[in-house]
Amino acid sequence: MAKLKNLEAYREEIEQCVKCGACRAHCPVFGVEKREGHVARGKVALAHSLLEGEVDLEAKVLEDMSQCLLCGSCCAQCPNKVPTEEIVAATRRRIAEQQGLTAFGKGLATVLGRPKLMNLLAKSGGTLSALLFKRLPENSGLRLRFPAPYFEQGRTLPPITAKPFRERVPEIILGDPLQPTVMFFTGCGINYMYPAVGEAFLKALKFLDVTIIIPKDQACCGLPAVSAGAAATVEKLAEQNLAALTRHPADYIVTACASCGAGLGKIYPDMGHEFQGLAAKVMDIFVFLARHGLPEKLAALPKAASPVRVTYHDPCHLRNQGITREPRAILKALPQVEFVEMADAGTCCGLGGTYSVYHYQTSKQIGARKAASISNCGAELVATDCPGCIMQLQDSINHAKGPQRSIHILELLAEALPALD
Amino acid sequence: MLSEQIISELKSIVGKHNVTTEKADRICYSYDATQKSFLPDVVVHPGTAPEICDILKLANRERIPVFPRGAGSGFSGGSLPTRGGIVLCTERLDRILEIDEDNLIATVEPGVVTEQFQKEVEKRGLFYPPDPASLKFSTLGGNVAECAGGPRCVKYGVTKDFILGLEVVTPTGDIITTGGPTMKGVVGYDLTKLLCGSEGTLGIITRIVIKLLPLPEAKQTMLVLFDSIDGAAQAVSAIIRGKIIPTTLEFMDGRTIDCVRQATGLEVPEEARAVLIIEVDGDREFLDKQVARIAEIIRPLGVVETRVATTSEESEALWQIRRSVSASLRKVNPDKFNEDICVPRSKVPEMIRKVDAIAERHGVAIVNFGHAGDGNIHVNIMIDKKIPGELEKAEKAIEDVFKGALELGGTMSGEHGVGIAKAAYIPLEITPLAAEYMKSIKRALDPNNILNPGKIFLDEANPAGRGE
Repeated sequence: MAKLKNLEAYREEIEQCVKCGACRAHCPVFGVEKREGHVARGKVALAHSLLEGEVDLEAKVLEDMSQCLLCGSCCAQCPNKVPTEEIVAATRRRIAEQQGLTAFGKGLATVLGRPKLMNLLAKSGGTLSALLFKRLPENSGLRLRFPAPYFEQGRTLPPITAKPFRERVPEIILGDPLQPTVMFFTGCGINYMYPAVGEAFLKALKFLDVTIIIPKDQACCGLPAVSAGAAATVEKLAEQNLAALTRHPADYIVTACASCGAGLGKIYPDMGHEFQGLAAKVMDIFVFLARHGLPEKLAALPKAASPVRVTYHDPCHLRNQGITREPRAILKALPQVEFVEMADAGTCCGLGGTYSVYHYQTSKQIGARKAASISNCGAELVATDCPGCIMQLQDSINHAKGPQRSIHILELLAEALPALD
Repeated sequence: MLSEQIISELKSIVGKHNVTTEKADRICYSYDATQKSFLPDVVVHPGTAPEICDILKLANRERIPVFPRGAGSGFSGGSLPTRGGIVLCTERLDRILEIDEDNLIATVEPGVVTEQFQKEVEKRGLFYPPDPASLKFSTLGGNVAECAGGPRCVKYGVTKDFILGLEVVTPTGDIITTGGPTMKGVVGYDLTKLLCGSEGTLGIITRIVIKLLPLPEAKQTMLVLFDSIDGAAQAVSAIIRGKIIPTTLEFMDGRTIDCVRQATGLEVPEEARAVLIIEVDGDREFLDKQVARIAEIIRPLGVVETRVATTSEESEALWQIRRSVSASLRKVNPDKFNEDICVPRSKVPEMIRKVDAIAERHGVAIVNFGHAGDGNIHVNIMIDKKIPGELEKAEKAIEDVFKGALELGGTMSGEHGVGIAKAAYIPLEITPLAAEYMKSIKRALDPNNILNPGKIFLDEANPAGRGE
């Protein structure tokens, strides 16, 4: 049985925090809010106080614990590698367990359990959300990201596709038997919002002539539910995915969503040893493509006469794994692309799972900094490797009234592939 | 606990969103990098100097201690609210007010983060050298209050060498200015220098006038491995004696190398028992010459290997080794006492030998690294507090380290300050007469002992010294 760790199980990690304050330099929320309760050091101190019984789950603790993107920037820069994002997620689970899910999380739990209420919620949010709720299955993490009231705040959202990606494609696409077999974990973003990215993914893998399996019964990775503290939902989704992803043998489980990759590769192994074999096979699409020599092949193509200026945004869940070179290598090699690096490419876009639902104003301020970096570097496109980031980046650009577009690297790659054939 | 009336007065001064008495907030402002923790009664976030004046007037009237706080990243407890009362955060005063390229000076508020300021001036080809290890998150106000140092201070000097003037709220709640935007100025006492390093006991800094330098054109970094600690220590003295002052001259002993090797997989030959990281900066054409001269000076001192970075990536890789030290020390033992003694530069070899003897005498692991170029050695006593008797051994070793540094004409603290961590040891370094001279300044300026009481000197608020 999948079981997430509880807060007590993080005691040792919590005690590793030496209160040096290094996280203050890297926390996007602290950068805007400038309050100690919003930075990793404060949250770890509060988590410790909770364990010691020095503080209860009072309103201010809940507020501070909600003020975290789970982006992991703090842990990446922490001298003692204290996993604050895991500690905060575990604290949110304790909050949910002891006090029930918060208003928003509560909405989710009842939505999952009671279809009537779901319809009511959907109706209250206007046409777009009604559409969204109709088209999204009950277990999709996107529901966590877009509860109905969310739509009244002027956010740019991609249209929800009428026919999800996984319904458009066969479950197995045979390639050269000498090549590896790749299982495509699509994630909700690609399946429901950005099916073109899924198509581009298939194009790239077909070019390498690998066998591709796209299990129909795969579910949401569960990361938004991790963010909301909904432990039972995460555990249920993990088990569903374990079954779906082990039904066929495969050499790799490849994602084109940084968050899904982190969900499968990093959160799942903590839930039981049965997930460890699965996690070991998880690989990001650009790492896979780089290992199969695609950047070199692309670089050999003649450069376009008037290339488009493209910059790259590091999704937190790739950056934290140290994957920063591979996506850039593909971008730089694309014949139609002139790559430009932006300032602070590695800082969080501000979406943070369900963070922007609770704290849209702060999320927008974090996004505004990103939009300024994109604009300052002179790029026309900002490419990345995570549907959540794509959505948030476009929203931030639109708030800043910028002309740029956010896009998945795979979409640019798909444009260039015919030239290689 | 403070009365409702006082809290409501504080709210009327700074606005209700900038005053908090919630337990969660008090916990979040109870600690600093010493890892000690004292709960304040209230946390306030003023936005202007006049608001700070009003807070201090109220505090004097009601006799409430006030503890100024920047980023809370100090190593000596300077910002800890040891007596409850008010934690006064300067984070909202975070504007760079002016960068004056005609006069090479800048005016900033205390809450500006040091690295952000450095990046802003560097965009204009200017340079603010002080570089404490915390520069990415510590504030300039905190740097001035503690007179922070850093690796580059070998060549350029410490924080106080770059502060031309201050605006300060006095302990009794008045605003004064000291110094100013001129390069010279001898009218009256030099209060600017007095306030630099006064650890928040004599005033709350609300504005800082900073001297800037032209940004050096280039820098070059080299890592030199020595076969003995003595060789490396002698190399430090030899370089200085050779009339070369590098930008940085960082030192790591054999045990530090072992820790880094374990933690990061660093490839270093086994015979290397000490490392120097040497950086020079200036006009590009001079750098190669300087590096060659340094290599020549240190060659007879047991050099195992010299690595010279030719690109900024290679230089970054060398510095990464230095930056990984602090965390990797935990491989030795979980609890660290980081003492930052400073001795005359020629005494570095002797001090290292003394520390080795102390480690042996008390049976504790001591790891040495630091800014050896200015004689500032970070002596890290590594213990496991959970083992009975270890803490007592560490305490004895620390006292011997301080005594050893003082015997060589050194000081107990080069850059971390006294705070509460070293208050008990003050009599070792400062004579009763000099201490009384200092205390009478404090008494005169802060008759009610409101501002950061119990710091630097022991008093009823900090009777036990280190506060363990």
